[in-house]
Amino acid sequence: MTRRWTNDLTRDDVTPKGVWLNRRAVLAGLGAAGLATGLPASQAQAQALEPNTLEQITSYNNFYEFGWNKDDPAAHAGDMVISPWSITVDGLVDRPGSYSLAELLEGLSVEERIYRFRCVEAWSMVVPWNGVGLGDVLAKVGVQSGARFVAFETTVQPDVMPGVRNRIIPFPYVEGLRLDEAQHPLTMLATGIYGEPMPKQNGAPIRLVVPWKYGFKSIKSIVRITLTDSEPPTTWKRLNGREYGFYANVNPEVDHPRWSQGSERQIGGGLFARRQPTLMFNGYEEQVASLYEGMDLSVNY
Amino acid sequence: MALIPKELAQRVNRATRHVPAWPIYLIGAAWAGWLFWLGLTGGLGPEPINALERRYGEVALQLLVAGLVVTPLRTLTGFSLLKYRRALGLTAFFYVLAHFLVWALLDLSSASAIGREIVRRPYITIGFAGFLLLIPLAITSNAASIRRLGAAGWRKLHKLTYPAALLGALHYIWLVKGYPLEPFLYAVAIVGLLALRTRWTRLRTATA
Repeated sequence: MTRRWTNDLTRDDVTPKGVWLNRRAVLAGLGAAGLATGLPASQAQAQALEPNTLEQITSYNNFYEFGWNKDDPAAHAGDMVISPWSITVDGLVDRPGSYSLAELLEGLSVEERIYRFRCVEAWSMVVPWNGVGLGDVLAKVGVQSGARFVAFETTVQPDVMPGVRNRIIPFPYVEGLRLDEAQHPLTMLATGIYGEPMPKQNGAPIRLVVPWKYGFKSIKSIVRITLTDSEPPTTWKRLNGREYGFYANVNPEVDHPRWSQGSERQIGGGLFARRQPTLMFNGYEEQVASLYEGMDLSVNY
Repeated sequence: MALIPKELAQRVNRATRHVPAWPIYLIGAAWAGWLFWLGLTGGLGPEPINALERRYGEVALQLLVAGLVVTPLRTLTGFSLLKYRRALGLTAFFYVLAHFLVWALLDLSSASAIGREIVRRPYITIGFAGFLLLIPLAITSNAASIRRLGAAGWRKLHKLTYPAALLGALHYIWLVKGYPLEPFLYAVAIVGLLALRTRWTRLRTATA
């Protein structure tokens, strides 16, 4: 990884939360880009995206542990136990063990990053995440040379998770990335939104964010990170491998077997919102296309 | 056959004689308008287009189920809601139309996309087919059409309700991500009600 992540969302993308917050997001982006002064060219060219409000981001969620409906997580996630929280790190790592959130993040600086978020259901948001690069966390625990994939697991709390009690899909929810995807500078472990601790319905206290992949890859409320030498099972691929692949890269050229992925509707535009074209790799083509060079993306969907 | 004492059924039927069917249209229209208003004002959540589409579609299925209940209910209990069936069916049609219009005008809002999606997406193809089947039924839901087609011909034509309802239920199952319960409940209800009908038809023809 020679390049750090650069923010291509502009000052205009700033959140209704306040100008100071907006400014901080841009500064964080600049910091991440290693730029001390001035706006990079990519920012000047950036499309003017409408960022979503915290209200929208926290009221329209898929978190199947709490039910099938978009408003189930907001309604039911309140009782999820997130403190204390520990994350088991195991597999092909130098320093396996059970880490508290503070231990895992110690020494890393939490950055604010404004990312597009595209759901496989063809809706999207723009979210100002706070978090750390997953690559930095992996470097801390020490990736062994045989490791090729990273597997993730979500907490299971049947007492407070109606979807788990009703076994609507097999839990725990599991996801995975190829190691180079996991180490890509865009990939982050997020611990907050809008500078506030991660809301429970969004995957408190810590979740994955992979902005060029469909949202279901960005697993919530992580309790286990395992380095492996083979492709780990992933929940949606296991449920319906014909429709949901391991890669799940946002790709307007490769339709879902049942619906188009060529366009999306950004949440929050109201009853008369138009669809907008979906961008290759969700607009992060420049940064991530090289990861998939030579791969047939219609086969590795 | 009847599960309810005949006298009770007759009393209920006498009582409903004075309850007109027209409020069904009124309530149906008011509810559709209310849902639209909720969508406009944020009451359907941050993605109102999808929510409105879904709500109109679900009401349509509920009304189709209600229409299919009328005959088995009469056979089983003696309660006759026959005079409400036209209003239930027509209101169902208007909800299917509203569901289609939200999809075509608000969701896709592009004429070329509408045609392409109907052809390319099987779940939309069958939903659209169900909608087309209901059009002749809506047009002939009046006394003049019954006279023109003759009672037998009219009844035969209106059996299109059955495939239309089945297509609607399948359309719902086919479009959802994952395995939520609701679409399967509609399918079970519709298949169950149609199965009851074929059984009785067979029983009736067997004993005739």
